[in-house]
Amino acid sequence: MAPTSTTQPEAPEAGAAPAAGPAISLAGVVKSFRAGSETVRAVDGVDLEIERGEFFSLLGPSGCGKTTTMRVIAGFEDPTEGVVRLDGRDVTGVAANHRDVNMVFQSYALFPHMSVADNVAFGLRRKRVPKAEVTRRVGRILDLVELGHRARHRPSQLSGGQQQRVALARALVNEPSALLLDEPLGALDLKLRQSMQVELKRIQREVGITFVYVTHDQGEALTMSDRIAVMNNGVVEQLGVPAEIYERPATRFVADFIGTSNLVRGVVRAATGDLWKVEVADGATALAAELPGTVTTGSHIHLTVRPEKVRIGTDQPEGEVSRVPGTVAETVYMGAATHYQVDIGGGEEITVYQQNASGSTLVAARGERVWLSWRPEHSYALPS
Amino acid sequence: MSNRKFTPYVLVLPAWAWLALFFVVPIGGMLSLSLTTGNVVTGFQQTFEVGNYATAVSTYWEQILRSLFYGACATLVCIALGYPMAYWIAFRGGAHKSTYLLLILLPFFVSFVLRTISWRFFLSDNGVVLGPLKDLGLLPEGFAVLNSALAVILGLAYNFLPFMVLPIYAVLERMDPHLVEAAHDLYAGRFQAFARVILPVSLPGVFAGVLMTFIPTSADYVNASVLGGTHNTMIGNVVQTQYLVNNNYPIAASITFVLMGLLLVGIFSYARALGTERVMEVHA
Repeated sequence: MAPTSTTQPEAPEAGAAPAAGPAISLAGVVKSFRAGSETVRAVDGVDLEIERGEFFSLLGPSGCGKTTTMRVIAGFEDPTEGVVRLDGRDVTGVAANHRDVNMVFQSYALFPHMSVADNVAFGLRRKRVPKAEVTRRVGRILDLVELGHRARHRPSQLSGGQQQRVALARALVNEPSALLLDEPLGALDLKLRQSMQVELKRIQREVGITFVYVTHDQGEALTMSDRIAVMNNGVVEQLGVPAEIYERPATRFVADFIGTSNLVRGVVRAATGDLWKVEVADGATALAAELPGTVTTGSHIHLTVRPEKVRIGTDQPEGEVSRVPGTVAETVYMGAATHYQVDIGGGEEITVYQQNASGSTLVAARGERVWLSWRPEHSYALPS
Repeated sequence: MSNRKFTPYVLVLPAWAWLALFFVVPIGGMLSLSLTTGNVVTGFQQTFEVGNYATAVSTYWEQILRSLFYGACATLVCIALGYPMAYWIAFRGGAHKSTYLLLILLPFFVSFVLRTISWRFFLSDNGVVLGPLKDLGLLPEGFAVLNSALAVILGLAYNFLPFMVLPIYAVLERMDPHLVEAAHDLYAGRFQAFARVILPVSLPGVFAGVLMTFIPTSADYVNASVLGGTHNTMIGNVVQTQYLVNNNYPIAASITFVLMGLLLVGIFSYARALGTERVMEVHA
């Protein structure tokens, strides 16, 4: 509650002076549900600190606990264990209508019996904001989402994308300390979703409010987020900026879930200088820059490498690179790129994406012997 | 090709035939009957006697008004009891929703008249309800419910309660539960969420429920004759007496049309009022 005196005033017109520290913090949050006779731990010990003004994504497959985590922040679920803080204030057990966060629902949950303007004004009216100010703020936010001309319409008269923006405006108009978005673009078609991603990012920059974004779409999370928490089985598997999540997946789950990743079994052989030699497939040598702490010579590990980091060629590559020979099992022409499936022996395949930059599309045909290579810093060792 | 064009009309034919046979023909017959004169011995002649309507209204206006009043009271009781029931089943029924719905419908497995007669025992002067209350001294010895307006209204409400519960339940059950969460999220407490979101969204269900209880309750005669004694007769009882006892078919038919006209006017103004209210809300 008590703000530190050195904090600069940054929130434009919020009543209370902003406290120092993260906008949202979760400490040891557990949420279990009773399903018949057994108890399911939907959220199983989550610690998060979401910074002010950040675009933060909770990313994971369905059932990973991301939506439950968000509902705990919103106040729709009470955590079984742990503490939720908003702006440093402990709000665990505080009802949703007394929390300074607003939510954009996947189904939009627009009130069907009210006009667009009345939907947007709902929160302000409950807070007993003076009438003139309600009108002013509703008008301004509807202009921001480019729906000023639709104020008198019912939600059912709007398209999906427009309803989505009304839902956004209805939450944003309250100028909450954080906006929670539960797969808000899930119901839109691809084209609209892409333009709404850009739109959401623009709006977030303009209003400067903390966004917590729940999605199972990794592309969406990677392009929009400042930071991402990848969740699985109720725990955060990895927390980091998009490039870090993509380039350096911390667990096999993250490597597998984010983008396409090759996972190759291997045995650690020896270290030469800074690099570790890893024997993969039928005796080929791959190089790894770093190994997990628990791994020593002789350990069985998985090496990850992204398909676009792998070079494919007919000549044996030179230099300090991983060198793996194989046979092309499949080629798929994708327009901008060609995808190769290469059999490297030992029952393993590596996927390679080759940009079709120089016009010559096919490097190798099906059944041809090829060499795969990648730089040591592009592959990471994960414990088996 | 032309065969295909007529197919929809052929398919809808049974429905039209059904409507014609069981709605248009009887109602036409009744309308014609209401304008005849004569008696059962000499027969009825079509004289276009509009005076039948004047006689019907001037003689039985009291019963007509009483019927509408009882119907309205029973409908209000049904809303007061039925809304919470529907709400509870829809939102708190969990896995047992269908069981609760079955319980609501269960009385329908017993004959309507039998159920109403059982209320005579239930409400009798020293019966299961009033007896103990009188023994405890909570009610005076002479207190009675049977043969009063209250008994008729209670009987009507009891008999038609499911017709109120089911349409309200249908609307509440279909409602996106996120609407309630959205209301809470936008700082509405429990009461505000109910008054501003749940209730307005469920109004179409209430509207349907009102139609389905008010129309049959105002025209009912069983409850008044079983529970109401001699001083609380409704227009249904009058029609029954005129038809079956006095054999005055023209008067019985004209009363029927008066009641029908009043109900139609009432329903349309009710729909209008509800409609306008919604239009105003948009501009609020």
